[in-house]
Amino acid sequence: MDETFILGIDLGTTNSLAAWLTQDGPEVIRDAGGGALVPSVVAFSPDGSVTVGAPARAHAVENPLATVYSVKRLMGRGIGDIRGDMTFLPYAVEPADDGTIRVNVQGRRFSPQELSAIILRDVKSRAEAALDRSITQAVITVPAYFDDAQRQATRDAGRIAGLDVKRIVNEPTAAALAYGLDRKEDARIAVYDFGGGTFDVSILSVAGGVFQVLSTNGDTQLGGDDLDRELIDLITSEIREEFGQELSFPPATRQALRAFAEAAKIRLSEFDSATVEVALGKGRTFRRTITRREFEQRAGRWVEHTIEHCRRALADAALQPGDVDEVVMVGGSTRIPLVQKRVGELFGRTPYTAINPDEVVALGAAVQAVILAGTHRDTLLLDVTPLSLGIETLGGAMGKLIMRNTTIPCQAAEDFTTYVDGQTSVDIHVLQGERELAKDCRSLGKFQLRDIPPMPASMPRIHVTFLLDANGILNVSAREQRSGQEASVQITAARGLSKEQVDTMVNESYVHAVEDMTAHRLIDLRNESARILGAIEKALHRAGDVMSDAQRRLLDSAVNTLREKMDGCDDPDELYAAMAAANDAADPLTRAQLDEVIRKTAKGKKLDDF
Amino acid sequence: MGRERKRKMAITLTERAAEKIKQLFAQHKLPESAALRVGVKGGGCSGFNYTLDVTDSPAEDDEVFESCGVRIVCDPKSLLYLSGTEIDFDEELLKGGFKFNNPNASRSCGCGASFST
Repeated sequence: MDETFILGIDLGTTNSLAAWLTQDGPEVIRDAGGGALVPSVVAFSPDGSVTVGAPARAHAVENPLATVYSVKRLMGRGIGDIRGDMTFLPYAVEPADDGTIRVNVQGRRFSPQELSAIILRDVKSRAEAALDRSITQAVITVPAYFDDAQRQATRDAGRIAGLDVKRIVNEPTAAALAYGLDRKEDARIAVYDFGGGTFDVSILSVAGGVFQVLSTNGDTQLGGDDLDRELIDLITSEIREEFGQELSFPPATRQALRAFAEAAKIRLSEFDSATVEVALGKGRTFRRTITRREFEQRAGRWVEHTIEHCRRALADAALQPGDVDEVVMVGGSTRIPLVQKRVGELFGRTPYTAINPDEVVALGAAVQAVILAGTHRDTLLLDVTPLSLGIETLGGAMGKLIMRNTTIPCQAAEDFTTYVDGQTSVDIHVLQGERELAKDCRSLGKFQLRDIPPMPASMPRIHVTFLLDANGILNVSAREQRSGQEASVQITAARGLSKEQVDTMVNESYVHAVEDMTAHRLIDLRNESARILGAIEKALHRAGDVMSDAQRRLLDSAVNTLREKMDGCDDPDELYAAMAAANDAADPLTRAQLDEVIRKTAKGKKLDDF
Repeated sequence: MGRERKRKMAITLTERAAEKIKQLFAQHKLPESAALRVGVKGGGCSGFNYTLDVTDSPAEDDEVFESCGVRIVCDPKSLLYLSGTEIDFDEELLKGGFKFNNPNASRSCGCGASFST
């Protein structure tokens, strides 16, 4: 189990988190306090210690120059690529000799990969603590627009953190996986990802469980932070109006304002207003109640930017908004009612918001991880068995237990019995195929159930169970219910079976459908006829005297007809009629025998008395 | 070979059968795309037994019907024997369950669980 365990990690610009697959589906890793998000922030203390996540973010207020965030923006980039970002970053960024970037934290130089690895290591150790296991493998998500260098840098970060990165998965694909959209046949999916620091929209197509990115668009400088900044600007301008234009805001105050603004924004997704109170020192306090409407007026232009990007992504994919079948919302900013409203209006459908938009990518990464590990696929995909599975029954027929196209994992059971008195073993021949006769099906294996205590024919109850697990492993077991004798075999039913073979078998089953079904029915009718004839013979021997001459003549004639039909007749309806006639003619015998049984158990009451 | 000769008719559900199916689908939290797979399994004195299963997406060669808001899929071999069948649901305690009213069946035993054509 440990060697197949793969953690799903969403390594985000603002927050990172991990998820794994439980029996009840994917779940994010939470700390004791229930928190799942690890702020993608690394802080360096003067004493050399390093903190990650929420404590590091708190540290940012006190020591912004030694606090690194948004390192994802630097991954795999050259110094020339990030000029635009540099003005926003409070920490120092320098070029390395090879043109890549180094972050200078109080004289120590780190590559973005190393900094991301610090975050990944923290996410990993949280998961290890939560799940009480060591973790060595991961799936990490990246934006769909990440180029090869950025993807490679992400892989490297994983490696530095001690993780074997089994796959880099596109974030929109992960989000779609979390919603189970891989099961859609030939659908187009828009994934709208409005995170803390970036916005992107991806148009995906899915068919046969495979996703394809048709187009992506977005703005790596547009995110929830911009919405915060709208509120920060509102607050700072009003503070200056109230307390003087010359008032300056030291870094610590700016960080605090940022936190207040974010809290207000979050509150405004749920409530109509939020109140901000800022202590400015020297007994000065700024207090302001912001309404949702005010916020939406200021945020509206950013939201319209995102809608414009959606239109461009649609145009690049050569699609109209109405061509999109599903819309998935990702990122905390999609909680904003205005965002949901505008996205819904654009695509003309209600976006998926059921899964926590901060967690949906990590959850999808966990789903992807499990697909890669090949474990528990059942909880994700409704996979089906390509051909029916069954056993050879008396007379060479194929008795199907699990029908073709049955969703796996699945289980089926049926009772069989012996057909010879005193029979002490039965052969179980496991078959795969669509035809009705054993000779036309594929033999998967044979086993024998032995040491059945000798009993009259039809007395043993042999319970045959087929268990097909999610990985296509078939367990066949046979248990004689009276004696408890048991035998079983395990077969990899899907192994060595090509699509061509499956198609050929299925097509032949269509071509021969009617003759096959007729042949199968004839076999079963002949078996049943033989059983009835044997039972009649025995009953006659024991209780033949209960019959009148007329009844006996009728029975003899019916038995003779049935014998004839059994050998010479290929019309199942005729055979069925002869069998039914013999059964009916034996009715006086059957009743006599039943009466006898009942007399023994119910003190002489006649069957008719009941 | 009746396959080409007979015109294939839809498999339908009665209102209460559809309700029961929807209820079962919801109970098992199946995805929206879930469909009812109907089939026949060869063998037995009357020739067949009915099979019911859930499927997520129809196979290439399946016929797909929709009845009372439930998608029904059926493979071509089974459809030879199920064309025009109406599936009902009976709440009755003893004989309850899904019932197949199959116009192809010349004889049907009391429980409606097997038939011959």
